[in-house]
Amino acid sequence: MNYYPGCTLKTKAKQLDAGARRTASALGVEMRELPEWQCCGAVYPLAEDEISGRLSAVRTLSAALENGGGLVTVCSACHHVLKRVNADMADNELIRRRANNYLALKKAYAGETRVVHYLEWLRDDIGFEEVKKHVARPLDGLKVAPYYGCLLLRPSDVMRFDRPDNPSIMEKLVEALGGVAVPFSRRSRCCGGYVALDDRESAQAMTESVLSSAVKAGAEVVISACPLCMYNLKNGAGENKLPVRYFTELLEEAFGLADAAKE
Amino acid sequence: MPIGGEATDFLDVERISGVNASVCMHCGKCSASCPAFHKMDIHPHRFVALVADGDFGPLLRSVTLWRCLSCFTCVERCPRAVKPANLIEAVRLLLIRKPGGNHLPPQLVPARLDEELPQQAIVAAMRKYNK
Repeated sequence: MNYYPGCTLKTKAKQLDAGARRTASALGVEMRELPEWQCCGAVYPLAEDEISGRLSAVRTLSAALENGGGLVTVCSACHHVLKRVNADMADNELIRRRANNYLALKKAYAGETRVVHYLEWLRDDIGFEEVKKHVARPLDGLKVAPYYGCLLLRPSDVMRFDRPDNPSIMEKLVEALGGVAVPFSRRSRCCGGYVALDDRESAQAMTESVLSSAVKAGAEVVISACPLCMYNLKNGAGENKLPVRYFTELLEEAFGLADAAKE
Repeated sequence: MPIGGEATDFLDVERISGVNASVCMHCGKCSASCPAFHKMDIHPHRFVALVADGDFGPLLRSVTLWRCLSCFTCVERCPRAVKPANLIEAVRLLLIRKPGGNHLPPQLVPARLDEELPQQAIVAAMRKYNK
């Protein structure tokens, strides 16, 4: 599968990148990193008249098409941008025409690439039953609270990831790994995102709201797919603290790959 | 035209956002759902109403512009597809697309970084707050 790591997975979230590759490989699939990929842009340009902010995503999507096969992402933010720009290229004639005019690709791009998040790939292409077969060290009833945040779920008409107000994909994964999923009410509420750079107190208030809900639900650990959610949940915690892990870390542990990861 | 806005603002916001704010039925679901509600001076449902009225002065001076994080909860739940987050983005762009309109001067950024802050946060903030 074509694989897009994104900037943060090459620096502050190396373990997320390594975990995704190692667990895919244990499932018999090599994640092939797209050559010469560019930053996705981090935020999807909501402005309909903004073409430049979409171009690097179009280059990535078109390169994946040229390579053959779909495109797997791991970072929630990259996934959000790539998926939405892909939808624009398929459905928005003006954006498609202007982006193609600018890029002059070998072949005009029209949103043909299938963009899937690693979690979707596990659910839809591999299947959680198959994942279960690779579990060597079950999580032994660990109470895991999956935190979704915003970018994977909304807007659901474009993201088509899961039910926006009652997602279950990570809960199903946790159960497949032998843990106990603890769904909590604020699991799809914003962590505060990049506001930490403008007003740290705002970010902390939002993080606290998320974590208090997970604590109340009885979680022992929170999992996330997003390096920025991870940062906020770790650094913005107030009274309510919980360990926060990437979902790939639990996968590695359950697959018995965690020792190899430490080396 | 109200003070602080320009005659073309309404057209620009409609063009940038692709949203017709006047179909809002004032149910308030956007404000009720907003995780940044308590940090905003003009709440999402009021924001939409002021756009529909063409009253851009208060919107261009609002804290709301910098507290909406595009989490899309309002967009997801709006029963009339008004997309409040897209309207807030469009008004923010009216400001930051002008010379000198940047909200987060790059020279302030290094002091706010720490060892763990992921790259995506820096790129996101620079893209949302500046042009």
